Amino acid sequence: MTNQVIRKPVRLEPWLDPNETPYVRIERVTKRFGGFVAVDDVSLSIYRGEFFALLGGSGSGKTTLLRMLAGFEIPSDGKIFIDGVDMSDIPPYDRPVNMMFQSYALFPHMTVEQNVAFGLKQDRVPKDEIRDRVAAMLDMVQLAKFARRRPHQLSGGQRQRVALARSLVKRPKLLLLDEPLGALDKRLREKTQFELVNIQEKLGITFVVVTHDQEEAMTMSSRIAVMNQGYIAQIGTPTEIYEYPNSRLTAEFIGSVNMFEGRVVEDEPDHVRIRSEEAGCDLYITHAASAPVGTPVWVAVRPEKIALSKEPPVGAHADGRNTTQGVVREIAYLGDVSIYLIELAGGKMVRATMPNVTRRTDLPITWEDTVYLTWRPFAGVVLTQ
Amino acid sequence: MRRPGFLSWALWFGYAFLYVPIALLIVYSFNENRLVTVWSGFSVKWYGELLENEQLLSAARLSLEVGAISATVSTVLGTIAGLALARFGRFRGRTLFGGMITAPLVMPEVITGLSLLLVFVALEGLTGWPDGRGMTTITIAHTTFTMAYVAVVVQSRLVSMDESLEEAAMDLGARPAKVFFVITLPIISPAIVSGWLLAFTLSLDDLVIASFVSGPGSTTLPMVIFSSVRFGVSPQVNALATIIVLLVSAGIFVASVLMTRQERQRVRDEQMAQQGG
Amino acid sequence: MSRKGFIPLGNRMGEGRPPGFDIGGTAVVQWAVARLRRIGLWGRGLVLAVPYVWLLLFFLIPFLIVFKISFSEAVLAQPPFTGLFEWLTDDSGEGGKLQIILNLGNYIRLWSDDLYVLAYLSSLKMAAISTLLCLLVGYPMAYAIALAPPARRGPLMMLVILPFWTSFLIRVYAWIGILKANGILTGILSSLGLVDEHFEILYSDTAVYIGITYTYLPFMILPLYATLEKLDRTLLEAAADLGCRPWEAFLKITLPLSMPGIIAGSLLVFIPAVGEFVIPELLGGPDTLMIGKVLWNEFFSNRDWPVASAVAIALLAFLVVPIMIFQYVQGKGHDGEVR
Repeated sequence: MTNQVIRKPVRLEPWLDPNETPYVRIERVTKRFGGFVAVDDVSLSIYRGEFFALLGGSGSGKTTLLRMLAGFEIPSDGKIFIDGVDMSDIPPYDRPVNMMFQSYALFPHMTVEQNVAFGLKQDRVPKDEIRDRVAAMLDMVQLAKFARRRPHQLSGGQRQRVALARSLVKRPKLLLLDEPLGALDKRLREKTQFELVNIQEKLGITFVVVTHDQEEAMTMSSRIAVMNQGYIAQIGTPTEIYEYPNSRLTAEFIGSVNMFEGRVVEDEPDHVRIRSEEAGCDLYITHAASAPVGTPVWVAVRPEKIALSKEPPVGAHADGRNTTQGVVREIAYLGDVSIYLIELAGGKMVRATMPNVTRRTDLPITWEDTVYLTWRPFAGVVLTQ
Repeated sequence: MRRPGFLSWALWFGYAFLYVPIALLIVYSFNENRLVTVWSGFSVKWYGELLENEQLLSAARLSLEVGAISATVSTVLGTIAGLALARFGRFRGRTLFGGMITAPLVMPEVITGLSLLLVFVALEGLTGWPDGRGMTTITIAHTTFTMAYVAVVVQSRLVSMDESLEEAAMDLGARPAKVFFVITLPIISPAIVSGWLLAFTLSLDDLVIASFVSGPGSTTLPMVIFSSVRFGVSPQVNALATIIVLLVSAGIFVASVLMTRQERQRVRDEQMAQQGG
Repeated sequence: MSRKGFIPLGNRMGEGRPPGFDIGGTAVVQWAVARLRRIGLWGRGLVLAVPYVWLLLFFLIPFLIVFKISFSEAVLAQPPFTGLFEWLTDDSGEGGKLQIILNLGNYIRLWSDDLYVLAYLSSLKMAAISTLLCLLVGYPMAYAIALAPPARRGPLMMLVILPFWTSFLIRVYAWIGILKANGILTGILSSLGLVDEHFEILYSDTAVYIGITYTYLPFMILPLYATLEKLDRTLLEAAADLGCRPWEAFLKITLPLSMPGIIAGSLLVFIPAVGEFVIPELLGGPDTLMIGKVLWNEFFSNRDWPVASAVAIALLAFLVVPIMIFQYVQGKGHDGEVR
């Protein structure tokens, strides 16, 4: 699996602090193209120093929202405030925002140096200062040797660094990135993820990134907004999104998940019991769930929360809750973990992940084995939508 | 290619069809006598006569002047038009504008010629300008109809250009006018140059429109050629044709040499990029 | 997928701070600029106005004038036509009547005189046949070039376009020497015994067909090539894999997919060919009726500007539909991405 970057937040969760004012405020913004609604009544606050991701598939509206922040599209309704200033009448060249384009958009008829200096020239910065700042920036992205080259003489990774340098040299308060890692191969992608996070923390710039790659979003961001068809499905930290999805959509969008359909049979202050035919058992949830008896719900259980065993479970599962039985149909060996696809009695396929703790070439659990699946009471999330 | 048979033949037949008449023109420009059926010996006397043909030479001068001026004005206007069509979105009056731009591409020249003449006459009646018809009116007429071609060329180029380059420039603080002159224009300059060449060639070559809008004392080269060949073969015209073909071929040869060199440089740059890593 | 970002002028009715030029200067200048901004004529509008006004003045208005003149009568005067409007007063200088005379005689003549009707029909026929010939010669050429290895396509297309850069007039003239009696082609044919020695192709409809096809060929090949070059070769491979013979694959896949190129090329040839003058004049015979020649003669030989105008208007009426189709096809090509 990928190397996880443990983020040390610059400020501890400013979005939770009532005294903090957001740096970017998007208020009920809608964008229509003819009859098509690209962004639908979106409201969002982004705080200074955040690495904020807009995550979604194509057509989710994330790119349109980003372009409205940059000033390339005008909202049909609603307002955008950056640092307290209403951006409605402010064109892109007057905003304190810089953007890094997906295609890098390097000017082909200028050298690397001239590309990076371009923004400073527009601001009428004195020549000496331009020279120094450009040199410093090229050093930071390790492209000092290539200053005289033109974009088509550079490799993809180098071009990306030029684009980054060009957008950072003006020291913007807000940097927008459109699919920054999309064009890079896997190795380069990981390396660049580190670099981006480091630069962001070092310079203290607020980043807003648009991406369709959930791994990217989870790895780099302080908070993620999951977008779908123009509206925001959920906003939260990577952990919140992953462990506490607020809907089936979000749950299924990030990572893999098992969805069990069932009906509430008990609703008590300390627990909820859901009877599920397809799971072949009762699901017993002890946290943050409440729904009237009889409501149809789904319970989401992540594969890594499911334990497999050839022996029947004992103890808390004795009464048949949070445990079921099935036959192993597929195994995918990934080196560090193995993914098991298990068919339950009713035909439902369940995905479970187990770390490979032994070094044996024959796995303890193998195809066509009958296994018991168990999970803890806090592992499932109840979803009503 | 799976079928070297039919298609190859068709291609070579097509090229022969295109080039044999031109080749024959050139060959017979060196024929000693006027008849095409009899070859009486190699001679360059027609070239000599050509160079002494004052009427033809002054017509050529006029055509070149008109061509250069009209091509330049037309390139400026056509570039603006192409820019508007490619970048200005749905502005008021866009359909009319688009129509006026593409119509000259297919409009029969007799119609354009007649209509331009009538407007010059009307203008002269109303305001006293233009004073009679001559080089000015021909230049204006040529500018008008070649503008369409330039606009189409520029518009095509702009449409295929990556707009995020212009957006990036704006994002970095440049205003729209600056963006156009510093970013867009350099990138589309080859298209603008070819637009100029196209306008120049079309102007040089125009017979019908010039006939309508010219006046006494302003005869263009095509008009002189036309009156010479109306009634048959004229060897001086053959000589002229040969000269034109040579000039054009030389121009194209130079252009393709330049392009090949550019191409090789590009390949070298890409290799450098791959290794530089 | 991305939408374009230039802020349309319509939204910027003088409020806030519009994009574009920032101008200082005197109060008068400021006031003028503000007014121009209000009517949307600043920045882009001003720039656009230059070619717009030029075209209105030298392209659109001329058509209106042609239309107007087609209703007047020819006279021996400078300019050689009568006016349409006359302000009438009676002897005491009173009463104001605007008299408008519309002479429909020109149009009636067009209808009733066989010459014109035949010339129109003949022009349409000849243009159509020439377009077809162009297509038959040009399609295989375009296809052959599109199939050639990529490195060779540039030079091959260059060879197609090169004749276009040499004089159109001269290229038509070249055929005079070839097609006339005792010309090059006719000479060869008669020495082979196929025809007698006075045989002449020149000054006939056939010569005109050859001439039009010859000069308009590049206009057919260019759009055809553009479409064929973009054709996905793997479609043909898939067809072959599924058991389709080459000819069938061509008819069922290549031909339909190249239809946009065929239409564009045909329009580029047909429309101007209908009104062609030079080729029928130089290569055609006294029987060759083309409306371009008729218009020219009306204007230059008969000095009848009103009739020439009427001929032009009628010709335009014929061509309006093909021209609009052409503009629609052009527009689709470029405006495909919504701006």
